[in-house]
Amino acid sequence: MKQYQLSTGEKKFIGSHLLVAILALAVGSLFGPLQAFEHAGWDFYPYLKPFIKSYYQGLTVHGVLNALVWTTFFIMGFLTFNVTFALKRPLKNPTLNKVGFWLMVVGVVAAAIPILANEATVLFTFYPPLKANWAFYVGLTLVVVGSWVEGWGLFMTFAAWRKENPNVRSPFVAFASVLTALLWQICTLGVAVEILTMLLPWSLGLIEGVDPQLARTYFWFTGHPLVYFWLLPAYISWYAMLPKQAGNGKMFSDSLARLSFWIFLVLSTPLGFHHQYVDPGVPPVWKFIHSMLTFGVFFPSMMTAFTVVASLEHAGRKQGGKGALAWIGKLNWSDPSVAAQLLAGILFFFGGIGGLTNASYNVNLVLHNTAFIPGHFHLTVATAVTLSFMGISYWLLPYLTGRKLWNPKWAVAQAWTWFIGMIIFSNAMHIVGLQGAPRRVPLGLAPYVPAEWNSRLFQVGVGGAILFISGALYLTVMLKTALNKEKVTEEVEVPMAEAMQDPALTPDWLDRWAPWIYGSLALIVLVYGPVLFDMIKNIALTSPGFRVW
Amino acid sequence: MSAKNMHIDRYERNWMIFSAIMLVLFATAVSVAAFGMGIQVPAPEQRVDPNTVATDPNSPWSNPGLREVSPGVYDAYILAHAIPNWEFLPKEITVPVGSRVSFYVTSSDVQHGFNIQNTNANFMVLPGQVSKLTITFKNPGTYNYICTEYCGVGHGVMYGAVVVTP
Repeated sequence: MKQYQLSTGEKKFIGSHLLVAILALAVGSLFGPLQAFEHAGWDFYPYLKPFIKSYYQGLTVHGVLNALVWTTFFIMGFLTFNVTFALKRPLKNPTLNKVGFWLMVVGVVAAAIPILANEATVLFTFYPPLKANWAFYVGLTLVVVGSWVEGWGLFMTFAAWRKENPNVRSPFVAFASVLTALLWQICTLGVAVEILTMLLPWSLGLIEGVDPQLARTYFWFTGHPLVYFWLLPAYISWYAMLPKQAGNGKMFSDSLARLSFWIFLVLSTPLGFHHQYVDPGVPPVWKFIHSMLTFGVFFPSMMTAFTVVASLEHAGRKQGGKGALAWIGKLNWSDPSVAAQLLAGILFFFGGIGGLTNASYNVNLVLHNTAFIPGHFHLTVATAVTLSFMGISYWLLPYLTGRKLWNPKWAVAQAWTWFIGMIIFSNAMHIVGLQGAPRRVPLGLAPYVPAEWNSRLFQVGVGGAILFISGALYLTVMLKTALNKEKVTEEVEVPMAEAMQDPALTPDWLDRWAPWIYGSLALIVLVYGPVLFDMIKNIALTSPGFRVW
Repeated sequence: MSAKNMHIDRYERNWMIFSAIMLVLFATAVSVAAFGMGIQVPAPEQRVDPNTVATDPNSPWSNPGLREVSPGVYDAYILAHAIPNWEFLPKEITVPVGSRVSFYVTSSDVQHGFNIQNTNANFMVLPGQVSKLTITFKNPGTYNYICTEYCGVGHGVMYGAVVVTP
């Protein structure tokens, strides 16, 4: 059976997302190793003085480009592909999606100018009263609004498909992609309110001061579900694509996959206080409630672990794999897309444990803002998400361009070097964090570093060096593929794993939107409402801006 | 089985039960530590005006430092600031071993963090808010307090110390 064909225009549109994403990753990833090298005592920042004024300007570039730009652009492109391909229909209103994309591009440029001019060295959390140039806040707003507009385009497409196909089970990949875009719309309300009611008018001189505690609360309303916005597209691939690629396996359970996505929608926003356990202005009872909800959102990740591993086992046994674990060797490890995503999944196991540890209320007292935190999120966003996206791009770019993947062996090496480099880097960061090392510090120069941290800081540098090589391999493979003269003979097959059980048997309540959306909003009002009401009632716009970089 | 009932594989059902039990156990452990053993996170203490907190003579942070409340019990008022030179005031406090010290920390400019190494004292310091935690120093030694939130280019040199004398 011939697969559904996207038009050339659609492929170009999705490819433009990939282009911006990979450019952002290329620039942002240059600075990651520089930070790691600094920790090991090899400080290159003095040589960069003409362009980059400080470690912190580099850290801002790294965080904004890698955590915000690379992810958001890749995700919006991937979700657009998923919705059109899985629904087998074009976008309902392609112009709307294009408008959204260009708003995001203009936003990135607007934010990049002050960052590169050292006018916005506020890191990717931009906590006030550090005050950046207004263009930085305008840029962030445009990126968020652009992603909303693209999301509306996806919702309209899904609604149009539903009208044409009443009483049919929605394809899982389209369902999960629309849900991810919806989660993003709900959770970004926090940062939108933060910027539009405080930071932007303040940076333009319209209001005198800001309330830092309220700003943090708005920020983390968005900040935690942001993690799920990154993660769910990787989950979509792990659930519904990877089993097929790994050995023609099927998705173990369509209904439980949907159930776990619904739980993510409902639970991923109302738990932001687990980033604010040690904030002075949030009552402990609410911190505790959010910690319990955080344990709740871990449940669908456990379900995901089961379904994904069971689906992979199905693939492994289909390839003749035997034994309790020996089937793992029969998976298609020579396919770089498979290797990258399997390795990403393995490290995510440890990322999940670390995340649960951070989120464990008073345990956070030993970890908050230590090097453990970046150690943790380099396993999640920088590996589970980023390495999976790299894996996806190993088939998606050839599919979109019609050009053969250049040198798949290099691509496999890229996946393994990322895996090894990240193990060394992240393990050292976790341990030195437990020993008390703070995050966001050029530790190579800090006056209080005890000798016992040194061996770990050296390992941070070694990990960074391996990751640098891996990043260079990735960019080489992408560039060489985009320019490859060798074309694919037939259109690249999009990996889509069928479910073991006919999705038509999935209960209807797992394919209905309204009750879940209302439930999600109600829970947010319930566990954020009282605290936000109190903070807004007692708002004190007393902090003027500071430029201390 | 009716088409509208959800099919859950036996192994998957067991896995979900295992996951739920594990999470309940974790939540119980955290709750026992919080409410049984009293390991608590900071609570709203006091709001101040960051513009005057370091200068107003009625503000304890205009004269930051240690106050003995009763024998062996102290209040430590600590001011964090990035301007002019990224430091905690005072830079050092000295208490005898066994002292119970309540730290009251605030900032007169940007956000900071306060982490006393090898203790549970680790919290955010925000302008306009006072962060409080109480620690008993059971062993002599020097405990650095390190700034743990980015506060400008001098963030990496911002620290002080509690010296616990035998």
